[in-house]
Amino acid sequence: MSKIFKGRVIASGTAKAEALVSHGGFNTLASYQTPMLLGDKQVKCSDQNNPDLYKKPMRGKALCLPETIGSTTGGMALYTVCATGKQPACMLFSKPIDTLAASGAILAAFWTDANMPVIDELGEEFLAYVQDGMMIEVAEDGTVTVDG
Amino acid sequence: MNLTPEQQALLEGSKGETMAKVMKTLVAFGDAFNASRMIPITSEYGHTVISFGLGLMKPVYELYDKILSAGEVSSQKFSADPRPTEKENVPASFLQNLVCDVMYSQQGKLEDQLKKFGIMSDDAYTCTCYLPEVGNTPKRGEILAWAESSAVVYANSVLGARCNRNSGIIEMMCSIAGFVPEFGFLTDEGRKADWIVELKTTKLPDAQLFGSAVGMKVLEQVPYIKGLDRYLGTELNDAACTYLKDFGAATASNGSVGLYHIENLTPEAVDFGESLIREGAPVYVVDDAEIERVKNSYPCIWKNLDAKPKLCFMGCPHMTYQQLIDWTIRVEEGLKNAGNKKVLIPTVFTAAPAVLRHFEETEYAARLKAVGVHTASLCPLMFMNNPLVKSQPVITSSNKLRTYSSARFYPEMELLTMLTGDKKEGK
Repeated sequence: MSKIFKGRVIASGTAKAEALVSHGGFNTLASYQTPMLLGDKQVKCSDQNNPDLYKKPMRGKALCLPETIGSTTGGMALYTVCATGKQPACMLFSKPIDTLAASGAILAAFWTDANMPVIDELGEEFLAYVQDGMMIEVAEDGTVTVDG
Repeated sequence: MNLTPEQQALLEGSKGETMAKVMKTLVAFGDAFNASRMIPITSEYGHTVISFGLGLMKPVYELYDKILSAGEVSSQKFSADPRPTEKENVPASFLQNLVCDVMYSQQGKLEDQLKKFGIMSDDAYTCTCYLPEVGNTPKRGEILAWAESSAVVYANSVLGARCNRNSGIIEMMCSIAGFVPEFGFLTDEGRKADWIVELKTTKLPDAQLFGSAVGMKVLEQVPYIKGLDRYLGTELNDAACTYLKDFGAATASNGSVGLYHIENLTPEAVDFGESLIREGAPVYVVDDAEIERVKNSYPCIWKNLDAKPKLCFMGCPHMTYQQLIDWTIRVEEGLKNAGNKKVLIPTVFTAAPAVLRHFEETEYAARLKAVGVHTASLCPLMFMNNPLVKSQPVITSSNKLRTYSSARFYPEMELLTMLTGDKKEGK
């Protein structure tokens, strides 16, 4: 059964990918630090404080999260991940986007060739519903379809 | 967004394609937060978080090359976060240093770029740029375009300046343009408190633990903290500011707090009191049990949890002049009580270059050296990115360092016991 959510488009594009869900705040630097340093092709999450994602591959996934947290290198880290083609398929925020994630998304959209649609304000119900492995499709207008 | 004619012209390419793209980026950034206009940066200096020339982050330096080759530099001088390495002052093996050299192969290039953009000086590398010795202390109400989470939260909360939690690169683009999109902490409405935190501990909690508890609870929202003035008083003196520096860094890294108000202490809380609190703000009570719960919740990724620590870092964020003196005395007393002469674990205290110079002028510098403590100005977090350092047991009193590395956190007094062997002092 499919369920449809509608959010706000921060970076436009389309994507179809498996969901990877963080129920707590996603610490961008802590998550990308080690895979960036070690050149990990699967981009496994290195944030030991995030039990939902720790050690799980993030590349090409539909990253579902409430918001990002942590230090202000976050946007730059996201930009670098996109510039090197190791980004998630899309980033889907249940809450309004924060400044660091928005920076990363916008820098990636304007200064790289990466396709990484970013949608925010999908609502708490979205994060309550979506689970790891569900197939997600993102449309240009911010419509997110989750196949349960 | 309503742009001035000058801003509109930049957007349309009056200063070339690259500057137009910088403007488009800033407009899109503002649009994401419904900013209605761009306002001028009014602080004398900026601050950038990008201070490390990591080989794997070449896209960032390529982007900077593109901007510089278009003739664009920062409209204001700026400080930067600490450098990632400092071979001469940090105990490390030949191999660890070699790996650092390889990892940070772009350091020279980045520092050249920062010079061209307009860094204040070769010494302006610290996360505590706001300390008087460094000279980048914004005034209340000034508009900033800083990045570095611990500096932003300090500038907003303790100094009463106005700055959003800007990301690396975006802060440089704002400094180049000379203006920032107006939203969030730049507005009166955005500075109101979403949470009430009631501190009910039986003693002053460790700053880094209390900050961690608050950060993990309120995430990006603004807390109004009651009860801390019982311990810190109502004057923003050196001790209070130092506590708030470490508290704030933990709120910002364990959550994403960019502004907090401390009842009867921080400028806006003193002036506006509880009128800063939004209607219906939830209450978070922090007592001794909650502090203990938070402390016990931290994962430790050491392979052997009983391993003997091989290195200790203090000073993330960088220590103040008074902290260096206080810790010199504490370590000396602890060692004396325990009958030891030197610290039991190789230890590095980090502080801004200008703060260390000030400290070196005192007798305490030689005393600290005599008990075996090293001083340096590097970023412990960046240093610990080195896989050969990461794999060894490192301890710290910094909740930020704990969050971003394999370092194990201990509250300051427990750490003192481990360094000196003085069990009485640690209690």
